[in-house]
Amino acid sequence: MAKEIKTLEFTGEWDLAPAPENKDHISLKKKYGLFINGEFVNPKSGKYFPTINPANEEKLAMIAEANEKDVDLAVKAARKAYNDVWSKISPKERGKYIYRIARIIQEKSRELAVIESLDGGKAIRESRDVDVPIAAAHFFYYAGWADKLNYAFPNQNPSSIGVAGQIIPWNFPLMMAAWKIAPALATGNTVVLKPAETTSLTALKLAEIIQEADLPPGVVNIITGAGETGAAIVNHNDIDKIAFTGSTGVGKIIMKAIAGTNKKSTMELGGKAANIVFEDAPLDQAVEGIINGIYFNQGHVCCAGSRLFVQESVYDVVLRKLKDRMQSLIIGDPLDKNTDIGAINSNEQLTTIQKYLAIGQKEGAEMYQPTCQLPKKGFWCPPTLFTNVSQSHSIAKEEIFGPVLAIQTFRTIDEVISKANNTPFGLSAGVWTDKGSKIFNLTSQMRAGVVWANTYNKFDPTSPFGGYKESGHGREGGLHGLLPYLNL
Amino acid sequence: MKVISKIVQSPKVDKVGIEDRIYRVTKRSIKKEAKIQGLKMALNMIDLTTLEGMDTENKVRQMCYKAAHLHDEFPNLPTVAAVCVYPNFVKVAVNELKGTGVKVASVATAFPSGHSSLEIKLEDTKMAVNQGADEVDMVISRGRFHQGEYQYVFDEIAAVKEACGKARLKVILETGELGTLDKVRKASDIAIYAGADFIKTSTGKIKPAATLPVTLVMLEAIKDYYYETGKMVGMKPAGGISNSKLALQYLIMLKETLGNKWLNNQWFRFGASSLANDLLMQILKQETGAYQSKDYFSKD
Repeated sequence: MAKEIKTLEFTGEWDLAPAPENKDHISLKKKYGLFINGEFVNPKSGKYFPTINPANEEKLAMIAEANEKDVDLAVKAARKAYNDVWSKISPKERGKYIYRIARIIQEKSRELAVIESLDGGKAIRESRDVDVPIAAAHFFYYAGWADKLNYAFPNQNPSSIGVAGQIIPWNFPLMMAAWKIAPALATGNTVVLKPAETTSLTALKLAEIIQEADLPPGVVNIITGAGETGAAIVNHNDIDKIAFTGSTGVGKIIMKAIAGTNKKSTMELGGKAANIVFEDAPLDQAVEGIINGIYFNQGHVCCAGSRLFVQESVYDVVLRKLKDRMQSLIIGDPLDKNTDIGAINSNEQLTTIQKYLAIGQKEGAEMYQPTCQLPKKGFWCPPTLFTNVSQSHSIAKEEIFGPVLAIQTFRTIDEVISKANNTPFGLSAGVWTDKGSKIFNLTSQMRAGVVWANTYNKFDPTSPFGGYKESGHGREGGLHGLLPYLNL
Repeated sequence: MKVISKIVQSPKVDKVGIEDRIYRVTKRSIKKEAKIQGLKMALNMIDLTTLEGMDTENKVRQMCYKAAHLHDEFPNLPTVAAVCVYPNFVKVAVNELKGTGVKVASVATAFPSGHSSLEIKLEDTKMAVNQGADEVDMVISRGRFHQGEYQYVFDEIAAVKEACGKARLKVILETGELGTLDKVRKASDIAIYAGADFIKTSTGKIKPAATLPVTLVMLEAIKDYYYETGKMVGMKPAGGISNSKLALQYLIMLKETLGNKWLNNQWFRFGASSLANDLLMQILKQETGAYQSKDYFSKD
């Protein structure tokens, strides 16, 4: 007997009125220079490029483009600050400065959240509740370690490395800056940091905060630009360490470039995480975790749960719940407090995502998107899932970095472990089951840096984060996050 | 009965996940027209309730008038959905509410503890129905439930449902006495499969009464039953919901879990007494731009 399928309806009745976050309180300059030696200076290149709001394509500000000469000035400033000040002052004093940065971030949290959403397209709900608080928390956490390094690594006489070149991505601009700068400063190093070219603004606001915190000039230098600027940092002779977060492709280029030099490195690269749902899982919460795993920050998350594995016995009900939940998500203006899914970060990234949507269908997978009205201007992609996916499909193998979920089914625990590990990546994974022993069995066999059990995308400064295999090396966060910045 | 096998398999509930979901619900910002619409909707979903040892016919009469005339100074306001009283006041309420469209609900089955024989519970139910109650709010035998006698609890609900005849049955789980969300889910499934038209959180006599997490678990049980059978079951959080903001959060959660079909008083109720005046105050604030004194709104 065929069961009559009645559907739930989520749109068209009691739709919420717009609730835009106020943006009158933010201050943005029309033009930003490079932050070198404690001051904003004009770039030697003489060049500026625009940064736009991806939700409406309007220009927000002009950003300086640093060339090799600018990079050299920044590195020289960092070296001088390292030699003259930062490596000499007491660890306790270093800690005080870092605490001060943390507190000012908290004070300016509303402004930072709004700018992050304007510049990057992410929903204000996320920049307000995740990005900014975690950024502050990282500074607070590492401030505490500054004068306790001898307790962290007893009898190993930890010492700082020197000047760190740090290159960060566009998905969590302020948070990534905090992950990089906080441990470097706590361990006594100085910094040249480059944000991604589409999202420079909050890093530049952080430069203003660093000025306000009265950090000695040159301890932190923030220079802006695209790939060539990054390459100039990587290839500069007087840099002791490269910390990079970004794509695996660029990571490989960097590793080749620094091979044979004395530069240390940490790489936090791409991912294609498996999110595994067993039949005994709390299914409704698992569905919420699947949503949070892949649609958080429009899927622009290196640890996104982009491969979903569902045990066959609950596949139908999980899929139905997932589709219903997707239909109740609100997509649109990132500054609206009710928005669940914001804009794609750039036109370039949107093109990449759309390419994969076409490939997925061409390879025979079935695509589902909820019905939703997307704004006319800006870069948008509705939350998407693919069923009938095979392990060998491109959408199941390659990192898409967008709101695209590839769903496969499995029968046994051994099968799902082998499928989940069958990827060049190994950054993160998720497992959903009510049974503790199953969690421990599975997590100990997953080749992934972070494995979440019955939750997903939870971050804390005390917890190390980083990858296996082509997802990178080195850890950020926690005690482990100090190691890449120390000689032991 | 085939049902019991289904009950034993009640899906698991993860408390941390539920709380994460609730956090997101409470962060929704409801403004302007959406707010007015939500407030009026909530007003129209109230079961105005008096369940006290000192209840009298006069008290019930006063409440009934209020139920049908919430704030006559202000045009186009809805009435509440129903009044909820003890069985011996059903007749009074029915007389008072004739022609108003407001339903009469009666608690029954040895409310609030539920400690009595099945015979007496059925008599209690029949009395309420014979006096003209449109709806019966029964309590489950929590003691038996904790003893693991799920079949007993199931059969009792089924028997009361039969005794209700045409009256709609709301089954009170008294979630404040159940202990865990897994138990809330199990009790919800038992009640739904035994024939409940509504499942209801609380008697109002135990703290905690209704909470957002407990209500979400119950909504999910309703959703799974709808997936399975295509049949709708109603939801009634009761007790502890006294302000408009919280009421709107319940409605947002309802809308995002079960969708539009449940957004009316046929499928969702608030068991509350002081909520009505707070909603009225907020509606008038939205329409006039200023808060009125509490004394402008009659208490009963």
